[in-house]
Amino acid sequence: MIPHQPLSSPHQHGSAALDRVMIAVSIALIPAFITHFTLFGWGIITNLLITIPAALGSEALALWLRRRPILPTLADNSALVTALLLALILPPLSPWWLLVTGAVAAILFAKQIYGGLGYNPFNPAMVGFVVLLISFPIEMTSWQAPLVNSDHPLTIIAALNWVLFGELPPGILFDSMTMATPLDHLKTELSLHHTISEVRTDGTIFGVVAGASWEWINLAILAGGLWLLQQRVIRWHVPVALLGTLALISTLFYLINPEIYADPLFHLGGGGAVLGAFFIATDPVSGATSPKGRLIFGAGAGLLIYLIRVWGGFPDGVAFAVLLMNMAAPTIDHYTQPRVAGHQRGEMHR
Amino acid sequence: MSYISYRQLIADGMWHNNVAFVQILGLCPLLAVSSTAINGLGLGIATTLVLIASNLTVSVIRNWVRPEIRIPVFVMIIASFVTAIELSMSAWFYDLYRVLGIFIPLIVTNCAILGRAEAFASRNDIPHSLVDGAAMGIGFTVPLVLLGAMREITGFGTLFAQADLMFGPSAHWLTLNLFDDYGGFLLSILPPGAFIGLGLLIALKNVIDHKRAENRR
Repeated sequence: MIPHQPLSSPHQHGSAALDRVMIAVSIALIPAFITHFTLFGWGIITNLLITIPAALGSEALALWLRRRPILPTLADNSALVTALLLALILPPLSPWWLLVTGAVAAILFAKQIYGGLGYNPFNPAMVGFVVLLISFPIEMTSWQAPLVNSDHPLTIIAALNWVLFGELPPGILFDSMTMATPLDHLKTELSLHHTISEVRTDGTIFGVVAGASWEWINLAILAGGLWLLQQRVIRWHVPVALLGTLALISTLFYLINPEIYADPLFHLGGGGAVLGAFFIATDPVSGATSPKGRLIFGAGAGLLIYLIRVWGGFPDGVAFAVLLMNMAAPTIDHYTQPRVAGHQRGEMHR
Repeated sequence: MSYISYRQLIADGMWHNNVAFVQILGLCPLLAVSSTAINGLGLGIATTLVLIASNLTVSVIRNWVRPEIRIPVFVMIIASFVTAIELSMSAWFYDLYRVLGIFIPLIVTNCAILGRAEAFASRNDIPHSLVDGAAMGIGFTVPLVLLGAMREITGFGTLFAQADLMFGPSAHWLTLNLFDDYGGFLLSILPPGAFIGLGLLIALKNVIDHKRAENRR
């Protein structure tokens, strides 16, 4: 057995064990879950109650089929992080089969078929999300309205009854509990040739900078992300490049015509940009690895998010942007290999 | 060199050297037309007929075609049969013809057919070439129908929908509605579903081969 001892001098041993990184990511998501629960009620909890066992279960099943040790791999908590992300990005109060399909697609098809953690070319949670988004458009656009706009908030029992059996308390229709998301609403209204200043007078959907209630969740995600940066679990390159590019290009178009193109704060604070920047595009497996490559990766994702949001067919584009950049990551890595100490720039390629 | 037994030819076409699972040829029609079992069956039968006819003709003329021009000759033969099949389908199975659309004329570009003409029919006698064409054609049809059935069941919740397009109005009883109130899993109808489905079927075939090899040992 080769000892894990660095063979020559300039190596410093990293303390970032995989399970600790994953635990840190999970902890960083806690503020977002608490904010979500306070503003939207039990929907996020029922999502978590189903995605976690579904993700861990499919991971265990795949490992058993592949005759790999089950418990050590489950203990690296990567499936847990996938489940947490899925629960956060899927509509709260999603039916159980939707959540299970998403978790199975993420773990079995995006991760284990490629050989498990470290071999997956795509971010598993994003694959699960996109599979659901293109397969079940109705369920995936039924977003719960914030509690302040809801007359009959569901109890935990009623929420579970809905999620597991599709039954609601008498007199309540599911449609009456749902509402368009801010990005979705903006897209629909703009297609009807309404201007942004007309659209944003609707205080039930739009808040101070972006979506009412949604902006607070994104703030909590931002806090978690900054904590991850401070803990050095993630590096600054991807979040800065992603959010910077998104801010830059949205400012540019906002200055050209503020009545058609939303302001940069709306783009940063609405939808999944913050979550994508700190928690998803920073995935070390499916993203680029060199510092310059990470900047390109983040900038590309930011640009694609804006393009899809403004000119694409879907209200938000974080998942598609990340998957497309995942595809580009090997090429980016190839062209941004850092200079090896002692070599001239470009010497490696010639 | 007709030393290959007919049995071996059939086993090769259906399993060991299957067009879809082993040679991975003809993917374009395989993936594009397999959204339902009946579509798959329709295209599979059309392809099989072309394969048998082209194998027969190529085998008949194999001693008179100069090797330098063999490929254009084979393509002309295949194209003629595809045109004949296309015209007969538009005459007798017009609805199915409309559903399959461009993929009927595109049979001519199916590399499996040219592949068999080049690799087998141009070097073997007529009976062997006929059997090879039939075995390869059926070996292409079965995966098409399987993949079509998988995608149809998961995507629409039905099996053999629109069977009347092929077998006439009396075949309505064939259509099965497997689930009540099924929303449909759109992904399996869309192109990614075809790739994932074919991948799973190839994996299944490999698992069966591994098990059989283990049992033999």
